[in-house]
Amino acid sequence: MSDLTEIPFDSGDAAPGSEALNSHEAGGGIQGYLIGLFLATALTIGSFYIGATDWVWAPSIPVALIVLAIAQMGVHIVFFLHITTGPDNTNNVLALAFGIMIVAFVLFGSIWIMHHLNHNMAATGAMMMRGMP
Amino acid sequence: MSSAPPIDAPRAPKPEDPYRLGHRAGGHGHGHGHGGHEATGHGEGGPASKWTITAFGFWIFLLSDIVMFSAFFAAYAVLAQSTAGGPTGRELFDLKGVAIETACLLASSFTCGLGSIATYKKNVLWTEIWLLVTGLLGFAFVALEFHEFAHMIAEGAGPQRSGFLSAFFALVGCHGLHVSVGLLWLGTMMAQVWIKGFRPPILRRLLCFNLFWHALDIIWVGVFTIVYLIGSGV
Repeated sequence: MSDLTEIPFDSGDAAPGSEALNSHEAGGGIQGYLIGLFLATALTIGSFYIGATDWVWAPSIPVALIVLAIAQMGVHIVFFLHITTGPDNTNNVLALAFGIMIVAFVLFGSIWIMHHLNHNMAATGAMMMRGMP
Repeated sequence: MSSAPPIDAPRAPKPEDPYRLGHRAGGHGHGHGHGGHEATGHGEGGPASKWTITAFGFWIFLLSDIVMFSAFFAAYAVLAQSTAGGPTGRELFDLKGVAIETACLLASSFTCGLGSIATYKKNVLWTEIWLLVTGLLGFAFVALEFHEFAHMIAEGAGPQRSGFLSAFFALVGCHGLHVSVGLLWLGTMMAQVWIKGFRPPILRRLLCFNLFWHALDIIWVGVFTIVYLIGSGV
């Protein structure tokens, strides 16, 4: 059984997900996972709950659900994946930021373009119907 | 006002800032020919360790996997209303089942983290136990999802029914496939840890597996929110 000093901790560059990353912080170790589990459970229950009740003004429920989902993804990233704002994490955070940017382009771009396309197609369809005998 | 100490009062020496750039946590790092106080990115201290490079490479893979999922999410968002006169999400989705699936996956993400701590503490037995619990919860998730899919297809709501259902099965099925592959990987890791022990390559694989499993749970947060909760409300 080899010693765990096999797991190095590079100064300035930490491996994503490494327990050594935040073992010296309040959000590290078992305590960190417990905080993460508590927050994630609370946010999940909140998501399922507001969909089933009239706590939130009905038209705003989708927005509220998306906000809760993004919050929960943040909890998972910080407490389970240990991707935090510490300086040893800079490379991992930058990679994550780039990923989020691409995801935003793909999601909002697709929804935006297809919304306009559907809108224009519907108008064309209606005009075609009018032109019919 | 008067309680504020004078500016020139002697102060206690500042404790070392654990967040200082280039700080070496715990001081147990492997030497790469430098003392551990240089910031990287200046060509000093040589390349990062294989441990860091492997995990960072896998992190890049996971992010590209998430980008791929974003395309499936976009397709679903665009096609969610295209039911072609077929069943809608409101009629099909059983939120109780989804809640149980969510609980299984969240709990498995937590136990996976406990396994990671056990590995960090060099405990083979607890690593194996938490991996097993993670695997059982993951298997329960896959079984519930499979049951849901079989039920939908038996009702005539298969992927060929409408654009909405094609996008649904592509997105949720792709996630389920990832969890299934993760289960195979988990079983392999349990065997490798048992037979080979905590060798450096095994430790790197365990780290990558933990990252993969947590990433699957992050994607599921998007799935249960966008597909199931918003889909059954609209």
